[in-house]
Amino acid sequence: MLDIEIDGKQLQVPDGSTVMEAATKVGAYVPHFCYHKKLSIAANCRMCLVQVEKAPKPLPACATPVTNGMKVWTHSEQAVKAQKGVMEFLLINHPLDCPVCDQGGECQLQDLSVGYGGVQSRYEEEKRVVTNKNLGPLVSSDMTRCINCTRCVRFTTEIAGLMELGQAFRGEHAEIMPFVEKTVDTELSGNIIDLCPVGALTSKPFRFSARAWEMSRRKSISPHDSLGSNLVVQVKHDAVKRVLPLDNDAVNECWISDKDRFSYEGLNGPDRLTRPMVKQGGQWIETDWQVAMDYLVQGLKSIKSEHGADSIGALASPHSTLEELYLLQALVRGLGSDNIDFRLRQSDFSMDGLGRGAPWLGMAVADIASLDRLLIIGSFFRKDHPLIAQRVRQAVKKGLKVSAVNSAFDDWQLAIQNRVTVSPVEMVRALGRIAKALAIETGKALSESFAESLAGIEIDEGSKSLAVSIASGRRVAVWLGNQAVQHAEAAKLHALAQEISRLSGASLGVLGEAANSVGGYLAGALPNVSANGLNVAQMLAAPLRAYLLLGLEPELDLADPVSARKVFQGSEMVAVFSAFKFEGALEYADVMLPIAPFTETAGTFVNCEGRAQSFHPVVKSTGDSRPAWKVLRVLGEGLGLEKFGYEMIDEVRASVLGANMAVDPVNLDCGIAEVPVNIDRNTSNVLQRIADIPIHFADPLVRRSPPLQATSDAEVPRARVHANTIAMLGLGNGIEVRVKSARGEAKVRLSEDNDVAEGCVRLAGAHPLTAGLGSLHGEVSLERA
Amino acid sequence: MTSQGIILSGLDGDRTWRLADYVKRGGYEALRKIIAEQIPADQIIGEVKKSALRGRGGAGFPTGLKWSFMPRAFPGAKYLACNSDEGEPGTFKDRDILRYNPHTVIEGMIIAGYAMGCERGYNYIHGEIFEVYDRFEEALAEAREAGLLGKNILGSDFSFDLFAHHGYGAYICGEETALLESIEGKKGQPRFKPPFPASFGLYGKPTTINNTETFASIPYIIREGGEAFLALGKPNNGGTKLFSVSGHVNKPGNYEIPLGTPFSVLLEMAGGMRGGRKLKAVIPGGSSAPVLPGDVMMDCTMDYDSISKAGSMLGSGAVIVMDETTCMVKALERLSYFYFEESCGQCTPCREGTGWLYRVVHRIENGLGRPDDMDLLNSVTSNIMGRTICALGDAASMPVQSFVKHFGDEFAFHIEQKKCLVPPQVQYDGSKIYVA
Repeated sequence: MLDIEIDGKQLQVPDGSTVMEAATKVGAYVPHFCYHKKLSIAANCRMCLVQVEKAPKPLPACATPVTNGMKVWTHSEQAVKAQKGVMEFLLINHPLDCPVCDQGGECQLQDLSVGYGGVQSRYEEEKRVVTNKNLGPLVSSDMTRCINCTRCVRFTTEIAGLMELGQAFRGEHAEIMPFVEKTVDTELSGNIIDLCPVGALTSKPFRFSARAWEMSRRKSISPHDSLGSNLVVQVKHDAVKRVLPLDNDAVNECWISDKDRFSYEGLNGPDRLTRPMVKQGGQWIETDWQVAMDYLVQGLKSIKSEHGADSIGALASPHSTLEELYLLQALVRGLGSDNIDFRLRQSDFSMDGLGRGAPWLGMAVADIASLDRLLIIGSFFRKDHPLIAQRVRQAVKKGLKVSAVNSAFDDWQLAIQNRVTVSPVEMVRALGRIAKALAIETGKALSESFAESLAGIEIDEGSKSLAVSIASGRRVAVWLGNQAVQHAEAAKLHALAQEISRLSGASLGVLGEAANSVGGYLAGALPNVSANGLNVAQMLAAPLRAYLLLGLEPELDLADPVSARKVFQGSEMVAVFSAFKFEGALEYADVMLPIAPFTETAGTFVNCEGRAQSFHPVVKSTGDSRPAWKVLRVLGEGLGLEKFGYEMIDEVRASVLGANMAVDPVNLDCGIAEVPVNIDRNTSNVLQRIADIPIHFADPLVRRSPPLQATSDAEVPRARVHANTIAMLGLGNGIEVRVKSARGEAKVRLSEDNDVAEGCVRLAGAHPLTAGLGSLHGEVSLERA
Repeated sequence: MTSQGIILSGLDGDRTWRLADYVKRGGYEALRKIIAEQIPADQIIGEVKKSALRGRGGAGFPTGLKWSFMPRAFPGAKYLACNSDEGEPGTFKDRDILRYNPHTVIEGMIIAGYAMGCERGYNYIHGEIFEVYDRFEEALAEAREAGLLGKNILGSDFSFDLFAHHGYGAYICGEETALLESIEGKKGQPRFKPPFPASFGLYGKPTTINNTETFASIPYIIREGGEAFLALGKPNNGGTKLFSVSGHVNKPGNYEIPLGTPFSVLLEMAGGMRGGRKLKAVIPGGSSAPVLPGDVMMDCTMDYDSISKAGSMLGSGAVIVMDETTCMVKALERLSYFYFEESCGQCTPCREGTGWLYRVVHRIENGLGRPDDMDLLNSVTSNIMGRTICALGDAASMPVQSFVKHFGDEFAFHIEQKKCLVPPQVQYDGSKIYVA
């Protein structure tokens, strides 16, 4: 510890602290622009110059390390003179166009110029003009306002992992720009808007629509990925104007992904469902809640009495709130059915009944920083979990070694030490090899259930070096990604991952696909094996009479959209609870109930680390839409079910979480009972489909956000195939091809991608173009279109 | 090229730069002695300290002291860099050293590598002098061929390799940390210090950076002893030094003379004032050193302490001589433009301030000056100085402050009369090439 005196206040700071950190601790505000707690120190704005005893000249607080016995004055005459001098330089070429600048009112330069700027400029020459840059559909640039603090440059390089911005040219001609003809394409790009201390980088979708002081700031939680980023939703006249991150070091730090930030643009699109609708004689009629609910209650009652309760099933989106999921399963079970599921893109359910709890990350998100080895299995990691990937990226810089087993890789913008790329059908064998290599490496015995099945497997160099890597760690984690969970042999992968974790002393985790992937388990929104409930695949395989669909678009959110459509068309009643109209619903649904999106309802998401985060509505409901938990409660009462007399959402929440409104850690467990794993020896020589769920296609809300749909992450899916496979098939890069599966086909462009396993076709799911193929995996063929 | 010293003496222009010629002049004897006698590193650094050799790049930092900062016990790579990015207006000594005597730099660097335990060195050569770069590469090849560079030098277990690296003409890359960034392939921008290169330098490893002339002085110090070198100059200002004399003299060029030689003698060597005109002003240490009036300069001796006492800096030893036909406002306008163009743009005061300074001087020169412009120049320079990451901010400010201080009447005349104090015809005559 070092002693330091700042503005006369004594304090102790840890070795290696900077004067800025010490000043923050003591509550002394040092003006600054380029300094940011999460970015490297640039010391280029020079605004934080302070007086240091014995130093001949003022020193930048952000970059000056504390020495023992140091005395610092942040507001002495010398310090303030230096700060004012710098402010004058910052302003001479700044356009001072605050009245027309979108940053006005929340601008660091504007704020600090009040304290440090002169009344009148001494600079009477012409000011510098810098041409604006096209940074893509999300970030707008007014580069003349730029003060070259390089926060945005450091963000893209250090946090997002790829230098997409840089400072070109010298001296007064220096400008921040992307590479020639390039835009900023990282999935975290919106954060540079928050980082920019002036109005050079502003939000393209938001700009000119409201002033900072006109909006209320309301807390919320992201309904998208499994991290549950904390949000500030800014609201004016009961409309969401923009979304910003809310600092939470345990979850999202001070960042959010572009999906979290710009999905709000999809809230009030033209296909927003605002009134209950029923279909009569093939025509959709807008009606009121009373009529719609009566219709639904009567329908469900008559189907129950005619065909039995088990002819009713419910599917819920994993982006639904904990309360919604709980009430939906209570409703289905109250009716006497056990057909409920929220694991929409999953296809292997053989693990059901073997699990000990809700699959979760196996550790706290904040503890990623202290990992030293990590194995990721089956994940489009960076796009599926942008901010978890960001944490891993930072940990890699401090020595974390990452290994990954995948069927296809994107550029994760972090160093992967061991990379195993195998076809989906080889995935189980690949993990088997690793488990075996690990047993040899650690000298531990394989569990009984594996000893026999792995006996005949030969380990190779790749699995050996991967095993050596994870065996050498002290804090090791093994994570199953969305691909692994959606895999046709997900249970085997899970069992092998568990074995690998046991052998390496790792914590086993499941990254989780959606905001409530953990919450769905806690709410019981899945069938009980003992009660003969049907899971999502069974519900679609054996048609039921009635389906309740909560918050999903079956064509895009299910593992097998083709069967879904057929089954729904043939059923007697389909009730859609949705914030949006969609084509499928208009075709096969009988009643559509407008439910509130996350901004208009209260609820809870349980993130991947088991953190229950509740939120309130930030705006009033649009039109007649209602929070789904209220709709389900009324429906339950209408059906005469017991225990549906909730008056407050807290009561629903307490039914799941208990009185202290937190997840009991006992309920979080990735472990499954040991199952014997047969490893098929035959390998397929038929092309296998690999389906990623692109970041901006993943859920109904984000799909409707026009700016996100304009990003490079939302490009029309292409069939991405290894060059060798393209050559073997006699096709050519860039040509139009027909991808055929047993269920249907899709016409797309072929694209060479050597990060895809040979013998595979990577073709995105959750897109209308590819929905016709049916399953997200399995055999496909390719031919010239 | 006139030499009373050690680096450029005994040379015959372009004909004597090769290894064989250098060996004939006693080259690589120092290295052989070190290898043969296995002289401990401490002793070498001690010898350099004794010589009172001070950095020849401009800052004049004692070389031996700098070398002793290198953490010898540091495991892993340590680097050596030679700063031949000679971009300071008026300076052209390193170019001649590399052109006429490249091996003395190579030998100096090998010895430095030995003394500091570095295994790899880079010579960063100014971007505009490609023929010198090519020659240095040739010299390196000769040295490698002769077993003087590379693995197991002269059969010992000491290995050191040296590479040439050329810049692309940015003045800022002569700042030592910007030079390191540039070698790493990044945009040449100075780093914030601390950490200093001795602990976090090239690729994050301990690194020592010295000027070309500094390295070129090392072989002599080792061969003849630190005291012999010191005796060439005067106390605390050891050795001889190259002065690049330019401007209104009859014989501009490089002059290697003992430190402590009176300026008047140097001026004499350079052929005296052109056309016998009166000396008006001298910039004694490169364009960033404060200008001194001619009469002040005539009382100075050419060494660090004397020039510093007179209010300027010996700097890189670039002596720019100006006679009475010079308009000092115009001279400053040109200098200010240089710094405006060469600021790297990283930190605020320099990026914004250098352009401001240039524009104010420019408008004074062009008859648009305002009554308070001299105060403005002083105020802006004081806001730049000491507030920037590197010394370029100071380098841009010192000429402005000194020109205004010593030649304020010319600036005032410009502002009041909207014209030069030195009549245009006189300036024009003075600018004609004078044939002696």
